[in-house]
Amino acid sequence: MIFLGIEIIGRVPSVLHTPLMSGANAIHGVVIIGAIIVMGKAESGNYIALILGFLAVVLGTLNVVGGFVVTDRMLEMFKKKK
Amino acid sequence: MPSILSICYLVASVTFILGLKMLSNPTTARRGNLIAAGGMFIAIIGTIFLYESDGQRLGNYPWIFSAIIIGSVIGTLTAKKVKMTAMPELVSFFNGMGGACAALISIVEFDYLFQANKTLNSTFFSDVVPAGHYLAIIAGTVIGSVSFAGSVIAWGKLNGKMRDFSFKGQHLFNLIILTLVLVAAVFTYHSNVKGANIPFFITVALALLYGVFFVLPIGGADMPVVISLLNSFTGVAAACAGFLYNNKAMLTGGILVGAAGTLLTILMCRAMNRSLKNVLIGSFGAGAKAIAGEKGELGNIKEISLTDAAMVMAYAKKVLIVPGYGLAVAQAQHACHELEKALEEKGVEVKYAIHPVAGRMPGHMNVLLAEADVSYEKLLEMEDANEEFKTTDVVLILGANDVVNPAAKNDPSSPIYGMPILEVELAKTVIVNKRSMKPGYAGIENELFFQPKTSMLFGDAKKVLQNLLLELKTV
Repeated sequence: MIFLGIEIIGRVPSVLHTPLMSGANAIHGVVIIGAIIVMGKAESGNYIALILGFLAVVLGTLNVVGGFVVTDRMLEMFKKKK
Repeated sequence: MPSILSICYLVASVTFILGLKMLSNPTTARRGNLIAAGGMFIAIIGTIFLYESDGQRLGNYPWIFSAIIIGSVIGTLTAKKVKMTAMPELVSFFNGMGGACAALISIVEFDYLFQANKTLNSTFFSDVVPAGHYLAIIAGTVIGSVSFAGSVIAWGKLNGKMRDFSFKGQHLFNLIILTLVLVAAVFTYHSNVKGANIPFFITVALALLYGVFFVLPIGGADMPVVISLLNSFTGVAAACAGFLYNNKAMLTGGILVGAAGTLLTILMCRAMNRSLKNVLIGSFGAGAKAIAGEKGELGNIKEISLTDAAMVMAYAKKVLIVPGYGLAVAQAQHACHELEKALEEKGVEVKYAIHPVAGRMPGHMNVLLAEADVSYEKLLEMEDANEEFKTTDVVLILGANDVVNPAAKNDPSSPIYGMPILEVELAKTVIVNKRSMKPGYAGIENELFFQPKTSMLFGDAKKVLQNLLLELKTV
């Protein structure tokens, strides 16, 4: 997996550095799955798990949704014009 | 027979790998982003409805869905509304959110273990929690916290709310804090279960502190590199959560971003010709100001009038425009395109020279100019531009400074020494548009401005360009 990660980034033009960073940022938002599990397993009355879990899902969603949307916005500027 | 959920995770993992690969190529980049988003969606929906722990599906659906809705609305609105110039700080912000998410997950998992065992007498945490499990939890907590705190500082620096702050012995200070974090983490593991939560929270607090002081001394121009590094940190934190739940999607996404993010950070450093160590030590700062002071007077600058500038460009055969941060701040990219078109109507060949770190992030200028419908083919990368300067009549520098500073080539004591620059001095005439003589992000003087072929055209980039356009009509 590490080798794959390195292989993939091998030949990136510098103009794509920022969108790539933004896309990778969105992908690590996959951590939201852990937050969903925490929230889903939390028993009523366990306020720590419920509140922190809720917060974690909100923040994770921000990472995922915000991440993919901002990356798309950066990339729509790269349409080739003829 | 693999479960549907494990297939969902497999699909997600594949889309992450594929998406990231496609993001490294301009023609497939946009699709790559969408594919990865699709895989993420599948993994999330699959988890909500199909995840089982001890034979039980997940509950608290109202909480989960309202949290997702809130996050999605805020995330989409901020991502869509923000100005182009605020993109890097937004990426940092979202990165911080991911780091905080990872840390919170680990904190809750620690709490479960703590609550389950705190009534035991004379037992140590290490007796009841396997080392591997604890490692995943504490690593997720520490790395997530460092990434969160650091990202918030980076966000503050980029939107101008925070100054650079460094003090003597800071590196030692940072090292000490880091050591304390590790000590506290180990201490927590070996403490009595009854009070293990106290050293744990101390660990969290120290990790947050470290995140802050890690990013505080680093100069604003280096922020994109730091954000890329923090990005890979959050990836690792996500992988730790993946270990905790033995979740293939989190493991893949986390390790992939951790590795790719690290490599991207190194690539970004290479584009500036500075080592990562150099960036992290924050060599922009006290040193630069002292050197600038020593140089003293560099001579006199010449100013050029709008009329003369318009004339010299109208009668040129080739004009190369060097955009910089000043263009972005003035939001003058459309006026710039208008000028380009007006010059071309007069038979002037116009191209753009884009330095890899012009602006506040790699690709900043490309994105800005593309927004103004400037044709992709007119943008020259640095190596190609440097070939063309010797046949260029006029170079128009719009709010760029450090990327055209000859000190990078000539002055070994300069903080930007070694960074490849745009060789504008090879052209016949250089016109520099800036708001004032104040130094750029590196905080140093630029001897280019004092050279005989250079003249200064002061003013806000947008106003200056619009006025040049008016002058051109009468030439």
